[in-house]
Parts: sequence; structure tokens; C-alpha cells
Amino acid sequence: MTAADAFSRKKSNTEARSVRILTFKIDDRDVSAREDETILAVARQNNIYIPTLCHLDGLSERGACRLCIVEIKGSPKLVPACVTRGREGIEVITNSERIADYRRKILELIFTERNHVCSVCVSNGHCELQQLAVNLGMTHVHYDYLYPRLAIDASHERFSLDHDRCVLCLRCVRVCDEIEGAHTWDVMKRGINSRVITDLNQPWGSSSTCTGCGKCVQVCPTGALSEKGKSVAEMVKRRQFLPYLQLMRGVDRE
Amino acid sequence: MTLSLEELQQIARIEKDRREGFQHRIKICVAAGCLSCQSATLKEAMEKEVSRRGMENWVDVKGVGCLGLCTAGPLVFVEPDGILYQGVKVSDAGPIIESLGAEPIDALHCSTDLPFFARQHKVVLENCGRIDPERIEDYIAEGGYYALYQALRNMTPREVIQEITRGGLRGRGGAGYPTGLKWTTVAKAVNATKYVICNADEGDPGAFMDRSVLESDPHRVLEGMAIAAYAVGAAQGFIYVRAEYPLAVKRLRTAIAHAERLGVLGNGIFNTRFRFDVRVRLGAGAFVCGEETALMASIEGRLGKPRPRPPYPAEYGLWGCPTLINNVETFANVAPIIRNGGAWFAGIGTETSKGTKVFALAGRVNHTGLIEVPMGTMLRDIVFEIGGGIPRGGRFKAVQTGGPSGGCIPEQYLDMPVDYESLAEAGSIMGSGGMIIMDESSCMVDVAKFFMEFCMSESCGKCVPCRVGTTQLYHLLCKITSGAAQPSDLDKIEELCDLVKNTALCGLGQTAPNPVMSTLHYFRDEYTAHIEDKVCPAKACKMQPAKEVV
Repeated sequence: MTAADAFSRKKSNTEARSVRILTFKIDDRDVSAREDETILAVARQNNIYIPTLCHLDGLSERGACRLCIVEIKGSPKLVPACVTRGREGIEVITNSERIADYRRKILELIFTERNHVCSVCVSNGHCELQQLAVNLGMTHVHYDYLYPRLAIDASHERFSLDHDRCVLCLRCVRVCDEIEGAHTWDVMKRGINSRVITDLNQPWGSSSTCTGCGKCVQVCPTGALSEKGKSVAEMVKRRQFLPYLQLMRGVDRE
Repeated sequence: MTLSLEELQQIARIEKDRREGFQHRIKICVAAGCLSCQSATLKEAMEKEVSRRGMENWVDVKGVGCLGLCTAGPLVFVEPDGILYQGVKVSDAGPIIESLGAEPIDALHCSTDLPFFARQHKVVLENCGRIDPERIEDYIAEGGYYALYQALRNMTPREVIQEITRGGLRGRGGAGYPTGLKWTTVAKAVNATKYVICNADEGDPGAFMDRSVLESDPHRVLEGMAIAAYAVGAAQGFIYVRAEYPLAVKRLRTAIAHAERLGVLGNGIFNTRFRFDVRVRLGAGAFVCGEETALMASIEGRLGKPRPRPPYPAEYGLWGCPTLINNVETFANVAPIIRNGGAWFAGIGTETSKGTKVFALAGRVNHTGLIEVPMGTMLRDIVFEIGGGIPRGGRFKAVQTGGPSGGCIPEQYLDMPVDYESLAEAGSIMGSGGMIIMDESSCMVDVAKFFMEFCMSESCGKCVPCRVGTTQLYHLLCKITSGAAQPSDLDKIEELCDLVKNTALCGLGQTAPNPVMSTLHYFRDEYTAHIEDKVCPAKACKMQPAKEVV
């Protein structure tokens, strides 16, 4: 269990517990929130858009993609909305010019890291990364592409893994560990050399822990994990099971 | 088994008598620096020589911790005459013993009147080079574990914290967070289990302060941790040491075993209900594990990666329990503060930075080694007085403090007092205490590139700005040092520095751009010379001749 995991986990409803209710402002709108709700959750309830990539409702938070950074008036520090709780009276700014600029640059960095070639990707048109670029107005990448040479693991009979498209959000790792309970996925090495792996870096097809449930494929935001037999732009992720994930984890649906 | 004050004093008395029994005491440095120049063989040779001459009863040969002047090792110190010998070879063992009580050997003699020794003020290092780190009796003879007795028997936890707060001690790991405040926060946290962690994952290039303290005086750290545990209400401690410090690990383990046997660690210490155990945990070489949340994840057996704060460790730390986490040098300051009082400690240093600071002098300076000076000492004094200036008549260019999280301070700041605030103002940080001195032969772009490469390869890879941002920055700096850069690349560097600094998840990422930003601020002309004229002013970079654009 990770720290953020325990941090956001609510106790069962039968347990009598008083929860303080706070009011604060997001983008000049008054909002109310339980003290254990994150800024992101409150913003979503109020239809305020904050871009996210590593966050997925129902999984533990990582606070790693840094796309959901927001400003709190009076503080020079930017905070990730997905792991920061609201406080009484604060004023959250979700879309200043400074933040928009940072978000675009972070997105550019993600695009330079691996070989995200949309035109030949199974997820073209159904990709969260692509959609983020549209939403954030990222029209071009002005940093040099790193063009790493990466392998594809197509050893599994139903799924395939393409590191070229991986953004290291680790949704696959979390869903496999926290929901499926198999912990087939993990991450090896560090920094720019980080890779998601199955078991102890064995081919996915030979994994003895993988149950073949396919949750990792469905939660993957890009075309890194896909079903075999899908051609360009054909891989549409099915997330219908996500509400159930949330129920299983005891997180209220808002 | 518990120890009483009388027994503690008796151990000290016996040890002192034993010392007095010898006419001459030869202390040979057996810390890592001198060990690497065969000081262990020297010690053996010296012992053999003594027994060959049948002088065992009046000449004591012992290994001690760091004597400081690492550049001139192996070092040998002869008491009670107070003679320091430098660069001693195995063949010198005989002559040195012959000269005991007579005139010192001129060829090896190193004056202890040097500013290197005279200008230092030793608090943390007071026992370094004086006691045998592998004998607890030696530490007790120097007043060791008396502060723990004081704290446990004569002070309440709150009084202990008040004393630390009065002393104005700030965290020596780099950020300078007030130690008293940190202890109060953990003490106030309500939980049955609390932990104390000593961060000994010293990974900055060029820094060896914590290593020397652990290798020379491990009991001081244990005593500090025990006092801290009493103050915050913890019963279990961990020391997280990097595995690259095998000697420190060995001496720590020996120290813990001795302390447990004597009863200054374990159950019912000094006949009180206080219980404290310490375990050593080894790091596997990741720099990021010096970051507190990553360090705790590593102790728990998980991937050593940081997590967002808050919650801070004081509230949600090791295994979810409130945890106090301090640096080696911070803990090493605790026992002297309790022994001499907070007011004494507050009398050393400056208004905002109290006490002393240990620095590891490295690079282009005559006397490299370990020094301890009061906070607020002028940078010029450290480099030119204590450090002995630049070798071979070179010209001082800059000093790099704070490792990969710090910055380069140029010549115009030489008359700046070294304390937390001034260093931050100059665009660097105190850091853990590494000081790398550079002369005209260092190219500042190359220095920035070196630190960026370090940060890139040590980035854990969790957050995007640090993982990709440092890589992009490194590539851009490579372009500059190879002569392939364009003026627009400099803007990209500045942009990326700003991005990584403001959006990275943990301290490693947030401070990674510092070496680049500070060199860019003070030595911008060097960058432009590389880009526009395709020349490296320091002649350190191999520039490619400019290619014709077709």
C-alpha cells in the first residue's frame, strides 16, 4: 500500500466519523468539499477542467505526470491537484497563463521521450495523450526528439506492449496490483531508462502471474498496451468496468 | 543490563588511567582517506616495531578517525608531544618510534599551527582523530553518553526539545529546517509507534562529511539518535547508510553491538523506562534515496522513489507512523548541545545560522580534507586560509557548494559569510557541505554538464519534468560543449530550468537545474563563447569545428 493510497482511502461508511466540510474557491467559483477530498475531485464535481494523465479514478494517486499542477493564490509553489487536499478559504487557480505554459512544455517533454507517432498508432484518435495535446493547444514540439530504440513485446497471446508509446503513468502497474491483485507489472531501472516490465523482466507471454484479465490494456492511456488484431486507430479502450473498480475500492462515485 | 552513572564514570576513569599509563601515544588515521594510502599496513608495522623493541607497556599504537588533512595522508599524530606527521610510509615506522621523546623528524613533520588546523572550531568533529572509533570506552572517556544520561534522568522530553530549539540548530542535510521545530512536530503527533531515522545516504559528488563522522565517531550519532528518540517518543531507530561506505557500516555495526552490550541502547537505558533500538539499513546506491520519502520507501522494502508531500514524515512516515528524520551531522550536534546547553551552541555562528558546519574541501585547493568552521566564516578564509589557496599559483574561479542541488559561487562573493541565507542569496545552497573549488582550468559549462549528467542518471523517473527535463537539459549542454549549439538553445535551457525547478515532484528534481542556472547567471559569457565563437575559454571542452550548413 503506498502512502498516497492510505492517505486518500476513506473509512467504511458504517463507521461513525465526523468529516469537516470546507469552502474555498476554484477559479473564482465558490466550492464546498469534504476535508478528505482532493482539489482535483472537487474541480471535477464542479465541471472545472484540470488535465490529468497518470490519475485514474479508482486507482491510487501518484502525483507524477505533473499535468494537474495548480496555483494557490499567495503561494509561489505549484501543487498537483490530484494529491493536494483543499483548505478552508484558499483560492485555487487552475488555468493561469503560467500553468498553461508549464503544462504544454511537460506535454512536449512526454512527446519527445518516446516515439509517439500517431499516424501509425493503434490508438490514434482514441488516445488520452493525443487528446491532451489538443486540449492544451500543443501545436508543435520545440525540443529535440530523443528517438530511443525500443522493443515491442508481442509474446502474449492476446495483448501486446509497445514501449514506444509508453508514458510511464504506471496505471497498468497499479491496476494489476490494486484491483487484479496479480502484481504482474512493475517498473525497472530509473530515470530516462525506466521501463514497465512483466514479472522479472520476462516476456509477457511467459509470465506466470499474469491472469490475462486485460485490465492493464484497458486503463492504458495510449497505444502502449493494446489488444492484438487491432490495426491503426482501431484500439478503443473499454473502461466500463471502472465504476466497479471504484466501488471495490470503496471510493464514492460523485 | 542497565548502566548507572557511577559505572559510566568508572569506565571513563579506567580508560583515562590506561591512557596515562603510556608515555607515548601514536595515533594513526584509519578513516577511508588514509586507509586508501595503506595506513592499515602502517599501523601493523608500527605495532610490530613497538613489540620488537619491547615497548608495548609505554607506547600505545591506536587507530583513530579522520585527522582532517586528507590530502597529506597517511597521517600520524604523536601524543603528548602533539607532533603531526604527514605522508608517512611503512618504512618510517622505525624512525618515528626512535624519535619518540626526542626531536621530531623534519622531513615528515607537519606543523599544527597551519591555519588549516588553527582556524577550525570543532564540535561535530571534536573526537575525530582522537578516539578509536571501534572502542566505546574511548568515546565514554571523552564524555560520551553523558548527555544521554542527562537527558534521560534529569530532563523531560519537552525540556530536551527546548534545549535544542534554544541552540537554534538547523538541519545539516541541506535545507536547514529548524531541528527543534521538526522534533516538536513529531513529539506532538499522536501514535503508539514512532520512528527515528538517521539519513546517512550521502551521495553528493565531492562530499564525505557524514562518512567521516560515521567512520571516526559513530557513537556520537547513536547518542544523538537516542536523545532524539527520547524527545519525540520513539523506540526504534534506523540508520540508512549507502552500501558504498562499507567501513562506516562496519564501524556503525560494531558501535551498536558495543552500545547494546553496555546497555546504552536497548531496554531500560540508565534505569529508566526508555527503550531504544537501532538497526542499520543499506542503500543500494541510488542518490534519490537521500530524499526522505524515497529513503523511507527504501527502508520499507519498496522502490526507492519519492512521493508527494504533504503528508510529511512527521505525520505520516515510515510504515505510516510519525517519523523523525535527520541527517548524520544534525544528530552529531545533539549530544554537545545537551551537555553544554543550548545557549552555548547559540553563541557560535551567526544570527540565523547557529553552530558550526563541517565542509569537505575538494578540487583545486592546496589542503583538501575535512574541516569544521563556525557558521558565518568568510568564504575567502575557507578557501585561502584554511584551504591554503589554489595550487600552482592558479587563479580562483568559483566554488561549487551543495553538490548537484547547489550552485557555483564566483569570485565576487568570496567575502560572503557562509551561512544558509547568504548561500541561498548567491544562488546556491548550504547542502550537506561539499565544497568543490575550481580554478581557471575549469569550464563552467562543462561543470554544469557534469552535474546535469549526474541528476539525469540519478533521476528516479517518476515525474516527467525530472525524468525527461534533465535528459533534455543534458543533451542541450552537450550540444554547447561540442560546439553544435545555436543561440536559441540557450533560451531552451533557461525555459527548461524554470520548468523543472517549478514542477518536479521532489527536491532532487526541483534543485537539479541549480548548477546550470547559477553558472548561466555568473558565467554567461562562457556559454556564449561556446555557442557563438565555438571556443571554450577554459580549453576544457573538445569543440568540433563548425560545420558548413548546406
